[in-house]
Amino acid sequence: MAANDELLVTLDHVSKSFTGGGGGPLLVLDDISLQLAAGEIVALLGRSGSGKSTLLRTIAGLIAPTSGSVCYRGTELNGANPGTAMVFQTFALMPWMTVQDNVELGLAARGVAPAERRTQATDAIDLIGLDGFESAYPKELSGGMRQRVGFARALVLEPDLLLMDEPFSALDVLTAENLRTELMSLWTGEHFPTRAICLVTHNIEEAVLLADRVIVLGANPGRIRAELPIDLERPRDRRAAGFEALVDKLYELLTGGEPGVTAPEPAEATPTNRPLPRATVGGLAGLVEIVYARGGRADLRDVAFDLSFAIDDLLPLVDAAELLGFVTVSGGNIELTPVGREFTTADIQASKQIFARQARERAPLVRAICKALAASADGDLRASFFLDLLQRSFGPDHAQQQLNTAIGWGRYGELFHYDAASDLITADADAGVFAGAP
Amino acid sequence: MAVIGTFFPSRAALGGPRRSVVADLVVFLGAAAALWLIVHLARGTTVPWTVENAPSAVSTNPALLPYYAGRSLLRMFIALGLSLLFTFVYATAAARLRRAEKVLIPILDVLQSVPILGFLSITITGFIALFPGSQLGLECASIFAIFTSQAWNMTFAFYYSLISQPRELDEASRLLRLSRWQRFWRVDVPSGMIPLVWNGMMSFGGGWFFLTASEALSVNNHQFALPGIGAFVAAASDAGDLAKVLMAIAVMIVLVVGVNVLFWRPLTAWAERFRMGDSAAAEVPRSLMLDVLRRSRIPHLVGQPLGRLVYPMDRVMSVFGLAEHPLRTPETRRRLGDWVLGVAVILVVGYGVYRVVGYISGTVGFGEVGHALLLGLVTFGRVLAVLVVATLVWVPVGVWIGLSPKVSRLAQPVVQVLASFPANFLFPLFTAVLLATGISLNLGGIVLMALGSQWYILFNVIAGASAIPNDLREAATNLGLRRILWWRRLVLPAIFPSYVTGGITAAGGAWNASIVAEVVSYQGMTLTAVGLGAYIKHATAVGDSARILIGVIVMSFYVVATNRLLWRRLYALSERRYSLS
Repeated sequence: MAANDELLVTLDHVSKSFTGGGGGPLLVLDDISLQLAAGEIVALLGRSGSGKSTLLRTIAGLIAPTSGSVCYRGTELNGANPGTAMVFQTFALMPWMTVQDNVELGLAARGVAPAERRTQATDAIDLIGLDGFESAYPKELSGGMRQRVGFARALVLEPDLLLMDEPFSALDVLTAENLRTELMSLWTGEHFPTRAICLVTHNIEEAVLLADRVIVLGANPGRIRAELPIDLERPRDRRAAGFEALVDKLYELLTGGEPGVTAPEPAEATPTNRPLPRATVGGLAGLVEIVYARGGRADLRDVAFDLSFAIDDLLPLVDAAELLGFVTVSGGNIELTPVGREFTTADIQASKQIFARQARERAPLVRAICKALAASADGDLRASFFLDLLQRSFGPDHAQQQLNTAIGWGRYGELFHYDAASDLITADADAGVFAGAP
Repeated sequence: MAVIGTFFPSRAALGGPRRSVVADLVVFLGAAAALWLIVHLARGTTVPWTVENAPSAVSTNPALLPYYAGRSLLRMFIALGLSLLFTFVYATAAARLRRAEKVLIPILDVLQSVPILGFLSITITGFIALFPGSQLGLECASIFAIFTSQAWNMTFAFYYSLISQPRELDEASRLLRLSRWQRFWRVDVPSGMIPLVWNGMMSFGGGWFFLTASEALSVNNHQFALPGIGAFVAAASDAGDLAKVLMAIAVMIVLVVGVNVLFWRPLTAWAERFRMGDSAAAEVPRSLMLDVLRRSRIPHLVGQPLGRLVYPMDRVMSVFGLAEHPLRTPETRRRLGDWVLGVAVILVVGYGVYRVVGYISGTVGFGEVGHALLLGLVTFGRVLAVLVVATLVWVPVGVWIGLSPKVSRLAQPVVQVLASFPANFLFPLFTAVLLATGISLNLGGIVLMALGSQWYILFNVIAGASAIPNDLREAATNLGLRRILWWRRLVLPAIFPSYVTGGITAAGGAWNASIVAEVVSYQGMTLTAVGLGAYIKHATAVGDSARILIGVIVMSFYVVATNRLLWRRLYALSERRYSLS
C-alpha cells in the first residue's frame, strides 16, 4: 500500500495531566504533535509511564487533552473518534454475546438492519479466519481466537484508522507471531478495510516488524523522544540485514537518557528527579548474576530474548542495577562494574552489606528515608509521611509503588524495618542509620 | 485459517440441548397454570372496601390457606418487579450522572439504615387516601413495605456493578458508538446480572418478613388485615390456635422452597452466562427447571417474535442519544452547575431539619428525644446480645459445615431456606412459651430478634470457611496446629471478612425485627418489652406522628452510628489484613 498524504488524525501540541495525589496536576503527556496519514502503520513505542496508552486513547477521543487539540479529518474531537475502531489488549469482548453478536454490535449501533448486519459480519468473520465459530461465546475460545474476534469487530466497521493497544501482549509468543503475520498479509493485500493503523507496543521487535514509522516516547512525562522510519521490505524477516540494526537503535533510544537533558548523578539526585525504577531486589540481583555469567558484558537484546522478557519487565531491572552502580549501560550493551562483580560473588551477608551501602548512597529515596530517620526523635517515622511527600510529584499509585520499592530495598539491606500494622518505618539498630536522640 | 472451521464444528452445528416433547408439555402447562393463577389472584385485590367496615382479621379457615399464600406471593413478585424497575432507573442515574450521584447515593445510604416498619403508618394512610373505596390502597402499602425491604440492596448492588465495570468494556462501548438504550441493555444490565440476581434472591428472602408484618397491622387506632398468609398467622395467633399456626408454617416452607426451586435456582443458573473473565464460580449453580426450559421449544418460539422487536426498539430509543459524554465542557458552566446543586441541597436539607425541629418542639418537646435515646440503648443491648450469642453458637457450627464439603452440600440449601423463612411466623409459638413459663419479653425479645437475623452470620461463616484454600489447611495440619492455634492462626483470620459481612446484615435485621419483636400478642394477651422497637410500634398503633418520627430518627441514628464506628472499621481491617486474595 503506497503512502499518500491524506491526513487522518492531527495532534497539535497535546498535553495531558491528571490530578495527582497531592491535588496538583501530574503531567502525563507533554506537548505532543503528531500526524497520522492514510496508508501508514505507526507504532507508539515506550516504557511504562510513557503515557503511550493515554496517547492512543486521546487519539480515540476517549480522553480529552488538557491542552492542545486532536482533530479527525480537520474536525476537533468532542467524544469518541468516529473514524476509528480499537483492538484492546484484553480483547474487551462482551462475554454474554456470541462471536456473531459481538461482531455485529458496532453495526447495530449504526442502525444497520439485521439482515445486512449479518452479511457484513459474516464477511468480516471470514476475513479474519473465524468461520465456524459464529455461535461460540468468547469464554469458549483461546486467547488468539478471542483477539481475532476483537479484530473482526473493529474491521467490520471499516474505520479509517485502526487503533491497537498492545494487541498481542496478552497472547503467548507463537500465537502472537501467527496473528501478526496474518494481519500483515491482510494489510498488504487488496481488501484490507482500514486506511491506516496506529498501535501501541512495548515490544521493540514488534514495532520493527509492523510499522512504517516508530514514535519513541520518553517517560515521566511522556514526550516524543525520537521518530524512526522503518523502510524494510514487507513481509519482514527478523534475519534481514537492516532489522537487527534498527532493533539495536531502538534499544539505545529507550535506555539512553533524554537527548539534551542529563539525568542528575544518583549521589546528588532527589527522590523526585530520579525516581526509583520498579524493581525488586531479587529481580535486579538476578540480572546482575546473568551479566556476570556472560563474562561481565551482554547485549540487552540477547538478555531480553533469552528470558523472553518484554522491555517493560527488563528495563526497570537494568535501570535499578545502573542506579545502584552495579552495571553501566551504553549503546544497548550492559557491563558489570567492580562493585557489581563483588555484589554477585560475595556470600549472602556480605552481599547484603554491599547492597545496603550502594542503596544508601545512590538510591535517592532510600537515602532520603535514612536521613529523615537519623534526624527523627526516636528513630522511627510513619510511612505515610513519605507517601505524602511523594504524592506531591507522583500519582497515588506511582507514589505508593516508589515507597514500596524503597521499603523493599531498605528491608533487604537491613537499613530499616517497616511494620504494616503501625505504618512505622524504624531504623535498624545495627545499620548505624540512627545514632540515638540528639 | 479458514480451514479450522471445518475441524471444529461450532455449537450450532452440534445442536444445543436436545429438544424434547415432554419438556414442551411441561413448560406449556406450567405457563398456563401460572397465568391462570395470576388472573385469579389479581381479581381479589379490587374488592370494595372502606376504612370503617374493613375486616380487622382474616378468616382462619384452612381451606383458604392456599388462596392466601397465592395472594401473598403475588405481592412479593409485584414488589420484586417494582424494586427492579427502581434499581434500573436509580442506579443508572447515580452511576451515569456525576451530579446526581452526589445526591442519590447518600440518600440511598440513609434509606438503607431507616427501620422500614416504622414508616408503615405513614405509607398506609397515604395509600388508602390514594385509592378511596378499594382495598388496593392497603394492598399497595403492603407491597410498598416489601419494596422498601428489597430495593435499596438491589440498587446498591447494581450501582456498584456499573461503576466497577471493566474500563475496556466502557471504552469499547463508547468507541462502537452504542446508543444509551443499547448500552443499557447490551452492556450495563448483562454485566450487572449476577449481583442483581443474587441480591434479588437475598432481598426476596428478607421480604417475606416484611410481608408478614405488613399484612396485619394496627395503625391509627384501626386494625387492618389483608387476605394473605401473614394475616392468617396473625389471626390464628390471636385465637390461640397453634395447630393453624403450624399449618401456616408448613405452607410457608413449601412457598419458600417452591419459589427457590422454580424461580431463583433457574435464574441463578441462567445468570452464570453473564460471568466475566475466565473464572468460573466455585460451584456452578444447576437447576432442573432451567434444563427443562432449555429442552423445550416454547421459550424459543416466544423469544423469536420478541427478538424481531429489538431492531425497531433500537431505532425508536435512539432518541435518548449516544452513551457518550462530551470531552470538553466549559469550566465556568460546570462550576456554576455544581454551585447551584450544592446550594439547592443545603437549602432542602436545612428546610427539612428546620421543619422537623419545629414539629418536635411544637408537639412532644425534646425531652422525648432523650427518652427515645435511652430506650434505644436498651434495644441496642438486645442487638448486641443477639450478635454475641449468634456468634458463639453459629461460628463453630458454620466452620464445621463449611470445612466439610459433604455436610456443606446438604446444609447449604437448608440454611438458605431458614434464612428466608420469615421469623415472625414463629413468634406465636415462642410467645406461647413465654406466656406459659412467665419469662419476661425483655429477655425473650432477644430470642425473637435472633430468630430471623442469626442465619446471616451462619451462612456467611459457612461461605467463608468453605473458601479457606486447601493448601492453607494442609499447611496447618502439616505444622501440627492444635485447637487454639488452629482457630487463632488459621480459621478466625480466614473467615473474618465473611463474618463481618454477616454481622452487619444480622445487626441490621435485628434492629428492624425489634419493632415487631418487642410487642407480641397471643390469644388476646399482649407482652411488651422496654425498648425503642416497642416505642415505635406503640406510636404507630395510636397514630402519634411526632413519636414515630422521633423513634425512626433515633433508630436510624443508632444504626448509622454503629455502622460508621464499628462495622466500617472492621470491614476496612478485614479488607486490608485478612483478605485472602
